[in-house]
Amino acid sequence: MSLKNDPNNRVVITGLGTLSPLGRDVASTWEGLLAGKSGVTRLPQDWSPDMPTQIAAKVAVEPAELMDRVEMRRLDRSEQFALIAAREAWADAGSPEVDPTRLGVVIASGIGGVLTLLNSYDVLKEKGVRSVSPHTVPMLMPNGPAAHVGLEFGAKAGVHTPVSACASGAEALGYALNMIRSGRADVVIAGGTEAAIHPLPMAGFANMKALSTRNDDPTRASRPYDKDRDGFVLGEGAGVLVIETLEHAKARGAKIYAEVAGQGLTSDGFHIAAPDPEGTGATRAMLAALTDANISVDEIVHLNAHATSTPAGDIAEAGAITGAFKSHLDQIAISATKSMTGHLLGGAGAIEAIFVALALHHRIAPPTINIENLDDAIHLNIVRDKPRALPSGDIAALNNSFGFGGHNVAIAFRSI
Amino acid sequence: MAITEQEVLAGIKEIVEEVAGVPGSDIEMSKNFTDDLDVDSLSMVEVVVAAEERFGIKIPDDQVAGMLTVGDAVNFIVKAAN
Repeated sequence: MSLKNDPNNRVVITGLGTLSPLGRDVASTWEGLLAGKSGVTRLPQDWSPDMPTQIAAKVAVEPAELMDRVEMRRLDRSEQFALIAAREAWADAGSPEVDPTRLGVVIASGIGGVLTLLNSYDVLKEKGVRSVSPHTVPMLMPNGPAAHVGLEFGAKAGVHTPVSACASGAEALGYALNMIRSGRADVVIAGGTEAAIHPLPMAGFANMKALSTRNDDPTRASRPYDKDRDGFVLGEGAGVLVIETLEHAKARGAKIYAEVAGQGLTSDGFHIAAPDPEGTGATRAMLAALTDANISVDEIVHLNAHATSTPAGDIAEAGAITGAFKSHLDQIAISATKSMTGHLLGGAGAIEAIFVALALHHRIAPPTINIENLDDAIHLNIVRDKPRALPSGDIAALNNSFGFGGHNVAIAFRSI
Repeated sequence: MAITEQEVLAGIKEIVEEVAGVPGSDIEMSKNFTDDLDVDSLSMVEVVVAAEERFGIKIPDDQVAGMLTVGDAVNFIVKAAN
């Protein structure tokens, strides 16, 4: 079946997969999320003793437990995460029969195979040129995760990797939506992955003062909207979604989680790393996503915020959300799930898209943990500590993702 | 003391098992790396480098191209090491 070039094609989510700091799969991750569990732990003491930050949100289960040893050694850790998540998502979608030339893959990464790059440089220095693995380049290239997922499922409609720092995962889902809308594919495997818990990127983030240093209290370190938040907690993992046209999903009797209804992408043109305090770029992204989805502001009942727990970022986004929704703000249940998962960088937008799809599907918004004293400057209807039921009937939700470089991406979802 | 063909074969078995996941029992002198053992060109580079390290020899790139079977590699290494 081939559905070409119909902008009215509705696109739905039929498969979900993840390996995250909260669990080895979607079921365990979602359960942890609703229970308000933190995936943040202390790093080993000898890991990098001088590092101001000694905490991170590592994946709950090592890939070695989920993947063949020989396969693993040819894959960067970010590629391992992506493949594990993609296999779960594909199986969850019922392993659809698709013409390979109508199957696409869009898997993003913020930094790419940075562990391979840095570890290979150590090998080069210690053992010489001859000892650098011939697999190094396919392991460090940022499109590696997408390419491996594409190979696994024989995707021939196109394999892509958008890169926009912490907005990459969301941009991947938007790109995938475009692939289907423009008639290039019937089914797309979309998501994001990141594995960057290494002293070098962490030193860089730490020296930007972007990371929390609440080392003595790891599970309470990621605290979006709290007065005493002091930075994000670096996480790792992957989220992958299978999306397809509503018609294609119905024809094969697939289970449907939600509709990916629209996307809004803007840029700040303000600063390489700092958020625009006015938040107008973010507001425009949210409104553009609603327009693209043909959803009005009063239909939105839930929003998964970017909210990384940095002092400046959370305030700027809160202002942008207020700017977008104005008098409708109170009806929107806002969740900051990075309080539990940490910040998966290029994986964040993808795993949070999974959370929004599940929130709409199960009609429940996940909690935000660790708000002990709400910042006076935050005037949002935050889902605190416990999950909150969402209304019945037709509802819609948004996911926000912003990245260094001034990238703003909002994805709109509708219940099915 | 000279290294024997059997010792080199045992070493190659361990290396190919580590690099490509092929059980040692499947690895025989007559097996073709690409067709029988699924060792692709990138993995072959790993096998060669591991063999160089293990047996303390150098295997020039122009020799690697001619190493189609396990026997080709074993024979080259036995000769080079002795």
